[in-house]
Amino acid sequence: MSQDFRLPAGGRIDRSERLNFTFDGQTFTGYRGDTVASALLANGVHLVGRSFKYHRPRGIVTAGVEEPNALIDCNITAQEKGTREANNRATFTELRHGLTTKSVNAFPNLNFDIGEINSLMARFIPAGFYYKSLLVSTGMWHRVVEPVIRRAAGLGVTDEVADVSRYDGHYLHADIVIVGAGPTGLQAARVAAKSGARVVLVEQDTECGGSLLRDPVEIDGMDADLWVATVEAELAAAPNVRVLTRTTLSGIFDHNMLTALERVTDHLDVQDAADDHRPRMRWHRVRAKQVVLATGSFERPLVFRNNDLPGIMFAGAVETYLQRYGVKTGNTGLFLVNNDMALSAAIKAKDAGIDVTVVDVRSESTGPNTERLMAMGVPFLTNHTLVEAKGGKRVKAAVVAPMNGDGTAISGEMRTIECDFIGSSSGYNPIVHLHCQSGAKLDFDPTTACFVPGAPMGATPTISAGGCKGLFSLNDALASGASAAQEAMDALGLQAAEATVVSASEEAHPGSLHIRHLWLLPTDKPTSKGGKFWVDFQNDVTAADLQLAVRENFRSVEHIKRYTTLGMATDQGKTSNINALGILSDVLGVTIPDIGTTTFRPPYTPTTFGAIAGREPGDFLDVARVTPMHDWHAEHGALFEDVGQWKRAWYYPKAGENMHAAVDRECRAVRESVGILDASTLGKIIVKGPDAAEFLNRVYTNKWMKLGVGRCRYGLMLGEDGMIMDDGVSSRVAEDEFLMTTTTGGAANVLSHLEDYLQTEWTDLKVYLTSVTEQWAVASLNGPKARALLSELCDDVDLSPESFKFMEWKEATVAGIPARIFRISFTGDLAFEINVPADKGMALWTALMTAGAKYGITPYGTEAMHVLRAEKGFIIVGQDTDGSLNPHDMDMSWIIGKDKDDFIGKRSLTRKDMSDPMRKQYVGILTDDPKEVLPEGAQLVNVADAPASAAPKSPVPMQGHVSSSYWSSAAGRSIALGIVKGGIARKGETLIVPMPDGRNVKVTLTDTVFVDAEGARQHG
Amino acid sequence: MVAQPAKKQRFNALALFRNALSYHQNWEQQWRSPEPLEAYDVVIIGGGGHGLATAYYLAKEHGITNIAVLEKGWIGGGNTGRNTTIVRSNYLWDESAAMYEHAMKLWEGLTQELNYNVMFSQRGVLNLAHNLTDVRDTQRRVNANRLNGIDSIYLDAAGVKKVVPGIDLRGGGRYPVMGASYQPRGGTARHDAVAWGYARKCDEMGVHIIQNCKVTGFDIEGGVVKGVQTTKGRIGAKKVGMVPAGHSSVLASMAGFRLPVESHPLQALVSEPIKPTIDTVVMSNAVHAYISQSDKGELVIGAGVDQYISYGQRGSQHLAEETLVAICELFPQYKRMKMLRQWGGIVDVCPDASPILTSTPVDGMYLNCGWGTGGFKATPGSGHAFAAHIAKGEPTELTAPFALSRFETGFLIDEHGAAAVAH
Ligand SMILES: Cc1cc2nc3c(=O)[nH]c(=O)nc-3n(C[C@H](O)[C@H](O)[C@H](O)COP(=O)(O)OP(=O)(O)OC[C@H]3O[C@@H](n4cnc5c(N)ncnc54)[C@H](O)[C@@H]3O)c2cc1C
Repeated sequence: MSQDFRLPAGGRIDRSERLNFTFDGQTFTGYRGDTVASALLANGVHLVGRSFKYHRPRGIVTAGVEEPNALIDCNITAQEKGTREANNRATFTELRHGLTTKSVNAFPNLNFDIGEINSLMARFIPAGFYYKSLLVSTGMWHRVVEPVIRRAAGLGVTDEVADVSRYDGHYLHADIVIVGAGPTGLQAARVAAKSGARVVLVEQDTECGGSLLRDPVEIDGMDADLWVATVEAELAAAPNVRVLTRTTLSGIFDHNMLTALERVTDHLDVQDAADDHRPRMRWHRVRAKQVVLATGSFERPLVFRNNDLPGIMFAGAVETYLQRYGVKTGNTGLFLVNNDMALSAAIKAKDAGIDVTVVDVRSESTGPNTERLMAMGVPFLTNHTLVEAKGGKRVKAAVVAPMNGDGTAISGEMRTIECDFIGSSSGYNPIVHLHCQSGAKLDFDPTTACFVPGAPMGATPTISAGGCKGLFSLNDALASGASAAQEAMDALGLQAAEATVVSASEEAHPGSLHIRHLWLLPTDKPTSKGGKFWVDFQNDVTAADLQLAVRENFRSVEHIKRYTTLGMATDQGKTSNINALGILSDVLGVTIPDIGTTTFRPPYTPTTFGAIAGREPGDFLDVARVTPMHDWHAEHGALFEDVGQWKRAWYYPKAGENMHAAVDRECRAVRESVGILDASTLGKIIVKGPDAAEFLNRVYTNKWMKLGVGRCRYGLMLGEDGMIMDDGVSSRVAEDEFLMTTTTGGAANVLSHLEDYLQTEWTDLKVYLTSVTEQWAVASLNGPKARALLSELCDDVDLSPESFKFMEWKEATVAGIPARIFRISFTGDLAFEINVPADKGMALWTALMTAGAKYGITPYGTEAMHVLRAEKGFIIVGQDTDGSLNPHDMDMSWIIGKDKDDFIGKRSLTRKDMSDPMRKQYVGILTDDPKEVLPEGAQLVNVADAPASAAPKSPVPMQGHVSSSYWSSAAGRSIALGIVKGGIARKGETLIVPMPDGRNVKVTLTDTVFVDAEGARQHG
Repeated sequence: MVAQPAKKQRFNALALFRNALSYHQNWEQQWRSPEPLEAYDVVIIGGGGHGLATAYYLAKEHGITNIAVLEKGWIGGGNTGRNTTIVRSNYLWDESAAMYEHAMKLWEGLTQELNYNVMFSQRGVLNLAHNLTDVRDTQRRVNANRLNGIDSIYLDAAGVKKVVPGIDLRGGGRYPVMGASYQPRGGTARHDAVAWGYARKCDEMGVHIIQNCKVTGFDIEGGVVKGVQTTKGRIGAKKVGMVPAGHSSVLASMAGFRLPVESHPLQALVSEPIKPTIDTVVMSNAVHAYISQSDKGELVIGAGVDQYISYGQRGSQHLAEETLVAICELFPQYKRMKMLRQWGGIVDVCPDASPILTSTPVDGMYLNCGWGTGGFKATPGSGHAFAAHIAKGEPTELTAPFALSRFETGFLIDEHGAAAVAH
């Protein structure tokens, strides 16, 4: 199609670069510099979408980020899978060569949309209709009604395959962040730059200039373009300034933590973007000492009957399309205004050769713009209302009529004016979103009928300037930009530079609006009857809906919003909220500020998930911690288990072995000869200082003061609630130093728990904590041959049981590597845990493997480790305990130092319930059938309560559950551990395990030690 | 003087049709806004879902209608109107399972009961398991649920994929999905409708709903509550039920006692609306986020609390980021979705992550709080049980385990232990 509505000249587009794109399957052309919206309009396309609820035909209404109607899906073809994007605003999507787009929410197509049936039924489905009807049963709702609603709702369609793009995160620090590079922001940046501050200037648009791009008035006798270019050059030359265009400042959080989304490659032609090495977007997190907001204002439309027809747009948008894109929005335009400023659009339209009529709702219209239009011979009706717009998929005509004096009713004959577009303006709303996000409030300015920033609040207030402060004259804006920057410089303690005097030509921008606020234009019928007055376009909220909400006593603005869905669309009320408040103030009989606004929440405009997530998804979600011996495990076929952030060898299957066979082999090796476990992942914390022993005494339940240097002791750590939180062996390295070990998954928690106490509760203790988990590699030799093997590699320490006892440690040299050897055992067998500096871990491991070959040394993983310790009844914190079990419950009362003054959790342990004999307690569980291995997590019930089916209808009293369960070759049968009500006293009793498959398995409660009950082996 | 009942128009398709003919001019107020009387039999503090439900069941089940519900802002404006509406009852411990399953049963008939469409959607809830510990704990919970008469199924990874075709079982590669618990009867509901539906029915039975009325103090004589001080003056009360969610410790301190709760911001966010893409609720504790899609089409996303303590109803920026990392991990196709809005509420968290429903040291004063990150799902059950507790003046079978005294006796119901999930 040819660009019939493109003006022969003008605009900021590059006519030498024609770009092809598709919309709903049809190919169009536009120019570099276009948005999808401007290119569609150049081709005469106004109908671009369907509304959310009624599927009404909708057109482009704005030329910016606030667009509620013109949403499109981009990159929609099969070849573009992995890049499809839903709900892009056509008014903010830069045109690029090869772009494919599609309208949303229309089926089978935009022109003929079945959903439009909703529009015919509109009368029967007003706001909140779904609360009052469709009161079907829960089953019907989910199966029948809801799917229909869900299909009808929603707008675009999301991709089905993973996004192929990359995203990046950045951190920035600035003395001052200036948001918006319109004349105000540029002027502010200039002053801040000259004052020597570190400046970041953020602009969502493709280039600097703001309102000057639409309305290039002269500044300082210069052409606007030249002025902008001059300032940009000045800023570019300053090393202390960073200008980020195509970057949206999306959020302001506590202490001026700002977030900004930079679109890096989206505007590139499809092929170029694919080849570009840069990330698609960057997510900037900016710490700013000062923030100046220069975000300008949004226009708002007047509300009249059928004001949603395609072709009805904001007056300022008409002007933008003309001036910035060289596009006419039609041939016959009607401008409907209530203020002076909007008339400039009519002038530009007339200049561009469009037939123009002006309908001004004010009783008098006298400003320079009015005079100009009159002089141009434009028909100009004052004190008129627009009764109704006519048309279907495009506006065809407007019915107008004179109004009575207070603008509440028509007072004369209606007449019809043909037009193919309407530019409407009801005034301007300062963009106060970021101001409000920073925690500050708003004031209502009755003369301009808008909310302006209220007094700054909080420790790090933002400073508003220009349009977003409610200053509508260019000269005022320029001046306020400079003074805002100066104010910020003062706050920074910098000598503020003088502003270069700037002034714009007054006549173009008088600044005064002379606004008449008529929130709902009078018409010939009540608002509830015949035709609709649209307030929130996308969500299809009408004036009648607002009135209905109030009638039903939804009076809080938040209730009205939620009941009608006003302001909840993708524009978040940017185009609708103030009009709604105006209409409500008339209905409720209270002033707009008394109604108040809803909360402005981040983000300012919709923000891409992937950009916010950055590089983290995928492998970077969490570091994968591996031990120095990891590669060896991988090369020898180990499967790995995630424990905390660690990858731990789980078991090492040999060819043809399943997990069961491999684990069984590994376990037998330990019990019969020697096994080797990579234990490097256990948390290791140095506890050092004169009070180190006292510190351990307070964090563990047992006693530590008298533990000799060179000795090791097992400790149980409780939370404040008296429940078991972690365990491990700590060893005394020196009078004033211990090496504490923790569980693999608990290490970080334990460290912060300990630091918390040290730093906040026990500031009197002289103790320092250092995590050394990653500094040591640990190979644990377990089994009857462990000593024989180790003695082959270690000759500087006597390993005999007489001189190196169980629960002792010694410095030694192993395979030529300086090491610490600990005689501690988690398998109940003879064990030596050899610690060496991490970078020697692999050397140690391979030396042990080589020397161990003749003993049949077998590497074993966490699964075998679990079996081996279960055979001994040793608990695993987090598996056999779950945060609700205390030492008594685990039959470990012995570990509580009876006469200790205090330890964490001691007080809680004295609570009545903590020693209740019917608490759940730790027991062994043996199935009657020794071959049956119970599933972990199975529940136990009394024999009398055994359920008849796997899913009983009413609750069956449960006695406890199976926490650990394995096949044990050493025991020659299956073994299990678990937690049972009053279990310690019930050993010998028979219980039932109701299985998920419906079988009831008989078990007997037993002791928790299944192998080597007297504990001889570990002392061996 | 007592509050007066007022029979309501019934809501149904016919009423909608009839009212459409009169251009919706004849709908009556869903609830009225009376001025407070001098005194009531029961004053409920907090017009959230729990408070309104309490008033409703007091009136309906216990014949006490001379009630005022005092709300400092607008009803439902606290966590009721901010939460992500996940409803499930697959809790680990018997006491919680009883409470949440009681609520679940009430949910299943709530639309009819209230004659208000609360859009309870039983689309199923999955809690994913990403490591062996998760799997073990999940199976334990599923088994416990089963024996508690709650529909709960363990799915392996392939089973998860069948229910949630869009999920990346590789979990981005770092934490693959190994399995999940699945409760088909779980789902979501329309939060505002719950508050409004209860309010309308309360009003019908003569309960006074008094908005913009903040309780600022208590009249307590000889250890017995006599009334409350409010921004609308003193209001006498024979009994007071406090249901103030994020501000329970503030009210308790006005009444002279302390609570073991911490108040944290909890955030949520939504995407722009899109056509249906995910039909269930998916939650992951290990990767840490949860997601569902509202009937409007928005992806509704949340995670855990902000770790600091605050009354500012907004969240920090990093938490939203971490949450989205987790979502992109599980659903990499959503990376091009856009966040539309993020917000926060204040939740009261108990040390054992279970609520408090209790009598208090003050005679005639009862307290319902501490629901933390997951009380929406309990709304009908909590209101029902608390009403019975208030009416009888003593614990019921359902409320007894949740007494304040458990922090003294140590009878904790530790729902944030290894085997449980948030929300
Ligand atoms: C972001 C978020 C997501 C959540 N997601 C879920 C979820 O998916 N599933 C789930 O089950 N739960 C969820 N929750 C938790 C859930 O919202 C709450 O547990 C539940 O809504 C609490 O209900 P309520 O009625 O007790 O509280 P609220 O709705 O907060 O009601 C308490 C009311 O008391 C009022 N009040 C307080 N002080 C006073 C006073 N002095 N005088 C008068 N009035 C007072 C408040 O204004 C408030 O309206 C979530 C919470 C949040 C914040």
